[in-house]
Amino acid sequence: MYDSYDEVMGRRQEIITKALGIDYSQFEQGPMVFDYEGMMDRVGYSLSDVRAIQQSVAVGSTPLIELNNITRLARSLAPAGKGARIFLKDEACNPSGSFKARRAALSVYEAERKGYPGVIAATSGNYGAALASQAAMRGLKCLIVQEVFDSHWVGQPEILEKGRKCEAYGAEVLQLTVGPELFYLMLCLLEETGFFNASLYTPFGIAGIETIGFELAEQVRSVTGRDPDMVVVTHAGGGNVTGTARGLLKAESENTQVVGASVDLSGLHMASDRDFNRKSFTTGHTGFGVPFATWPDRADVPRNAARSLRYLDRYVLTHQGEVFYITELLAVLEGLERGPAGNTALAAALSLAQEMDQDQVLVVQESEYTGAGKHPSAQLSFARERGIDVRRGDPEASVPGESIIIPQKPDQVRAREFSLDKMRRSLVRNAVRESGIKIAGEREVRYLADETKRDVNWIREQLLELGVQLEEV
Amino acid sequence: MSKRAQIGDWVQIEAEVLPSAQRSAAVPDDTRALPLLMRVKGFAQKEATIGQEMAITTVIGREITGRLVAIDPPDVHGFGRPIPELIRAGLNAREWLEGVSADV
Repeated sequence: MYDSYDEVMGRRQEIITKALGIDYSQFEQGPMVFDYEGMMDRVGYSLSDVRAIQQSVAVGSTPLIELNNITRLARSLAPAGKGARIFLKDEACNPSGSFKARRAALSVYEAERKGYPGVIAATSGNYGAALASQAAMRGLKCLIVQEVFDSHWVGQPEILEKGRKCEAYGAEVLQLTVGPELFYLMLCLLEETGFFNASLYTPFGIAGIETIGFELAEQVRSVTGRDPDMVVVTHAGGGNVTGTARGLLKAESENTQVVGASVDLSGLHMASDRDFNRKSFTTGHTGFGVPFATWPDRADVPRNAARSLRYLDRYVLTHQGEVFYITELLAVLEGLERGPAGNTALAAALSLAQEMDQDQVLVVQESEYTGAGKHPSAQLSFARERGIDVRRGDPEASVPGESIIIPQKPDQVRAREFSLDKMRRSLVRNAVRESGIKIAGEREVRYLADETKRDVNWIREQLLELGVQLEEV
Repeated sequence: MSKRAQIGDWVQIEAEVLPSAQRSAAVPDDTRALPLLMRVKGFAQKEATIGQEMAITTVIGREITGRLVAIDPPDVHGFGRPIPELIRAGLNAREWLEGVSADV
């Protein structure tokens, strides 16, 4: 059908550059270092431009809802005086039902401005629907490449639903069997069609999310008279954390703690045909969160604009059963039927709020639409059909791919700390390996300090442990 | 549903993207033993029966050739079966909150 895998992958840089209209080489400063802020400034858009572009397509300005009953629940479990006010940014109110509309709005705007006839993305997530919706608004063509099926043509109901939604907005959807080579097909399609590479990881894809952080800081100030104390973000590829944190900084909400939350899917291989349908979350899980945080440049662009370790203050994990549980509670206690995937941060928030004082403010910065395929009943029925043991109990005992345990009591929802220093070490190791450097100067040390939100002395220690020589200052 | 697609029918075809021999070295063994396949929907360009090769025109006007697998392909996902464990969990949480004093 197309040129061979090796031939196409060999032309990868050339294809991507043409399909983005960005020359990434201008930001490179040696084998390891690149000018991240320079890239965001020169290629992205200013916050006021982003707001104007999003407003023109009915994206953003979503409500901030105080979750009074879930807050009461957290306080009933917490020591006296503890239990922060929990708010939810209702991103399901965006045109395509998720915060991804913010990213897509910028990518499609950029594609139109540069004269591309259409947009392409490889995604099984809400981003496909967002891109299709935005492309429909601007009259561009849209092509979505999805990883959908195992080798028996069985597909996760959630992914099937996202494909249906793309088609509803007039996109062509290529539904593939399991494997990371969907990236190869995307490259073939970029060459064939001349469409824009609407990757999630361009500066546009990240600048689009900054408005969430900015809006929520403004909303929290207006309702409570203070800055948000903590923002909890569901962490998949790292874009949501990066964009939200950058938006908070632009709103000068510098003391807000940024916490990433992912569903723990350890032990399941994301590219395994056997494991593929044994997970009940298709995003917001550790299978994306950990590899993307520790090596962002694995993405479909030369330099990934989503770099979550630059911004994270904590990273916590939840179990699948806890997220289904909080999804049910959001419906029956707050009257909001949303998710479940975007509710990963909400499950963590129930636990994290109990550590905080009652006058403090915790914001869960996204919700997403629900419906056929996505709803917990669809997900859990599918899991049961695959022989996964779904039951009540203590989620601590659950094993990804074998069991999903729905908490017996609300105090069994726990945010489990995952060591950020461990991830930072892994990032430093990856950066040294990929660049091949043997000697690090001040520039490398400072770059890695920025990459990990750590001080230069800690970076020097890590480099020495890895056998990298330090240049005399 | 007819087993023979007519010109202009809405259909689904499947095609091989990569044979197993050409798959990436990074893929786990169980996946590498299989070809990478795809399915796509569009309008039939000619008559064909299920299993035959045919060309389609997609909604964005691309032409793709593959083996016919379905005519009027349905969406098969839904809301699934009820999950009584979740219904009870929701009720338990409401009862828990009823037991919590109003000023908490």
